Amino acid sequence: MADLTTEFLGITSPNPFWLASAPPTDKEYNVRRAFEAGWGGVVWKTLGAEGPPVVNVNGPRYGAIWGADRRLLGLNNIELITDRPLDVNLAEMTRVKKDYPDRALIASIMVPCEEAAWKAILPRVAETNADGIELNFGCPHGMAERGMGSAVGQVPEYIQMVTEWCKQYYDRPVIVKLTPNITDIRHPARAAHAGNADAVSLINTINSITSVNLDAMAPEPMIGGKGTHGGYCGPAVKPIAMNMVAEISRDPQTAGLPISAIGGITTWRDAAEFIALGAGNVQVCTAAMTYGFKVVEEMISGLSDWMDEKGYASIEEFRGMATPNVTDWQYLDLNYVAKARISQDDCIKCGRCFAACEDTSHQAIAMSADRTFTVKDDECVACNLCVNVCPIEGCITMEEVPVGQVDERTGRVVSGDYSNWTVHPNNPSAAAAQ
Amino acid sequence: MASSHQASGIRPARLSAAEIADNFADLHAPFDAHEAAVAADRCYFCYDAPCMTACPTSIDIPQFIREIQAGHADSAAKTIFNQNILGGMCARVCPTETLCEEVCVREVAEGKPVEIGRLQRFATDQMMAKGVHPFSRAARTGKTVAVVGAGPAGLSAAHRLAMKGHDVVVFEARPKPGGLNEFGIAAYKSTDGFAAREVAWLLQIGGISIEYGKGIGVGLTLSDLQTGYDAVFLSIGLTGVNSLRAAGEDKAGVRDAVDFIAELRQAEDLTALPVGRNVVVIGGGMTAIDAAVQSKLLGAENVTIAYRRDRSAMGASRFEQDLAASRGVKLMFNVMPRAILGAGAAVEIELEYTEVVDGRVRGTGETVRVLADQIYKAIGQTLQQAPEGLEIDGGKIRVAADTGRTSVAGVWAGGDCASGGDDLTVTAVAEGRDAAEDIHASLMG
Repeated sequence: MADLTTEFLGITSPNPFWLASAPPTDKEYNVRRAFEAGWGGVVWKTLGAEGPPVVNVNGPRYGAIWGADRRLLGLNNIELITDRPLDVNLAEMTRVKKDYPDRALIASIMVPCEEAAWKAILPRVAETNADGIELNFGCPHGMAERGMGSAVGQVPEYIQMVTEWCKQYYDRPVIVKLTPNITDIRHPARAAHAGNADAVSLINTINSITSVNLDAMAPEPMIGGKGTHGGYCGPAVKPIAMNMVAEISRDPQTAGLPISAIGGITTWRDAAEFIALGAGNVQVCTAAMTYGFKVVEEMISGLSDWMDEKGYASIEEFRGMATPNVTDWQYLDLNYVAKARISQDDCIKCGRCFAACEDTSHQAIAMSADRTFTVKDDECVACNLCVNVCPIEGCITMEEVPVGQVDERTGRVVSGDYSNWTVHPNNPSAAAAQ
Repeated sequence: MASSHQASGIRPARLSAAEIADNFADLHAPFDAHEAAVAADRCYFCYDAPCMTACPTSIDIPQFIREIQAGHADSAAKTIFNQNILGGMCARVCPTETLCEEVCVREVAEGKPVEIGRLQRFATDQMMAKGVHPFSRAARTGKTVAVVGAGPAGLSAAHRLAMKGHDVVVFEARPKPGGLNEFGIAAYKSTDGFAAREVAWLLQIGGISIEYGKGIGVGLTLSDLQTGYDAVFLSIGLTGVNSLRAAGEDKAGVRDAVDFIAELRQAEDLTALPVGRNVVVIGGGMTAIDAAVQSKLLGAENVTIAYRRDRSAMGASRFEQDLAASRGVKLMFNVMPRAILGAGAAVEIELEYTEVVDGRVRGTGETVRVLADQIYKAIGQTLQQAPEGLEIDGGKIRVAADTGRTSVAGVWAGGDCASGGDDLTVTAVAEGRDAAEDIHASLMG
């Protein structure tokens, strides 16, 4: 069986599955249950400064969107950082870390953007023997209005500044949690790197309104007839998170900066994908909030079995393997040609590929009177839409046209020579360069 | 004292009132909102959907299921009623297993179709429960149409005609409307007086009056109607019953299955309805199944369906055959009645085994006797009192496909009495609707 033991910033955990800083890690009771269930680590729900704790609304905090069979696909929340006193949280963290020395315990922190505030809290966190800290520069709701959370994460200079304070006043690993509510994720990551952050974690949640109550004419979750944007997470945000992780992973300025990946991780496969893009571990929240802590068991068994199948003895053996294959559009091979193929044995004749292609794409699927669907190679541009709308996995596939064969759409022989947009005759820049 | 299965003869109260109520409860319980949501989520919204093609009334099934999915069941109901004003009854009685659900791509994919029938019932029931009638009449045209027979075809035609602004008079020989929806069909498919409620709901369109106790040959002639109305639609059903041609057919205990079913449907108290201890039903169609299963549900000890061909030739679907078997009905194939035995009243039936030679059934000479104090004939109905002057085709009124025009100008026909179709409620509804459209076009042309 593959060894899932993860060394992240020198912090050892029995597996790469950490619970993200969020309601599941708000207190000792939950965290003990999580560790008993098998989670490799937790990032404790974000601590605020000493003093009267923040308050939460007394109405709904969550909104959601669902797929078929009401499967939760996206969740948003308007909950703030921990609303429990700092000393209570610190005492609990101390006890839990003592009882679970083999698990990672990270303290998430969000205090005002003043050196004194950070200088005050960091020694107290250090006393808990937590393995490290995560700077919450991500929460987009509530705290951002008070100049914290994503309000910091959207200003690279602040990120660097606060990170430097933390490195100065705290001697264990510092992870900077990034907000996705920004145009180019590389800039905050570079700022964290410049501030000597040990790692970045991303993504925090995305500004969102999940639904509008059409009777009350107000957004959900609705508090007394009003609503506010919340932070969006869950399976729906995974593609956004993966792109951001990949961007940081392949950015020469941040290359090698450890990444803790967050965003819609629900199964072992999601985790493996993030790790293949360079993440050193993953953080999970929505899956646990949807299904309970037990979901980690499938993540562990699935990842371990897959690694065995592939012959990876440890996570480091495949970490980042997909990163070199993430490139810019301009470098994609324009001489690569594929065509859709429909397996008639697997086809259930629903016709969705036909409707999609005929109405919205390239009119490249033929439908016979007996509902046999076939690809017209002289029209097919291999866009993949048919694959994506087909309800039967594997029924429609994209098959590469071998070198030497004619692409019936263009009439050209597939050459097999790599050629991209940078040298394409239609590219004005390419022409200028010649 | 509770009566029992074993008591001999034809007698009531074989089961307690509670047992009867349980036995005759809805065959397919209605979906609640959650069940409907889960079932609707399974629909793939197929292109040119096979289910829609298979539906004789061409209901836009993907559309109505999507409307349920999207949380607007009223829109779904309108989509259904627009094509099939008796969509509520059809949701209950259609043999979906041989129509829409048989061709559902998820039947192909997983052996479990989207439950279209139950979803249709969910949508239509919830609208009807609110008393909402989703259509209104067009301005009156001043034209009048006579509809003969208030069964599915007649009601469907009357509604469509009234909606178009015509004044419709329906003549019904029986004292209640609904035709086979009211007097045929197994009770467990149309519970709680649904047939009557559906007619009352349908009539909300306005412009339709029903005159009971009248029909062709019952106070009316076709020429009266041709004279008095701008158009005539005949939906008179099949009221004759074929005979067994077996010795002893006249003995007490031998009866037409359709009469038994009608009596059962109209019974106020099913415990008071007599049923035999040993019931044999002759036939292989839906009527045979309905008579046999309901006999069992009333408490008959032994119920046997005797069909002269093999299982695959049976008119009743495999689902219905299995339903009968699951209720304890014994299915005998390749047997035909030879003689009904007993002194005055039936006690036993002698069946002869059959074989099919060149497509024709013939006896092998080998016989078997089955105890039978009650014997139901369910071997098909025939057209009776077809008005003179109409061409007949295969024992039915000849009509043009799609329009329902008979050989006589100004006279249309549909439902079981007309040629073509499958003698299903849903087919009758389609024929009535399409004839109404053709009548409308003719009248307004």
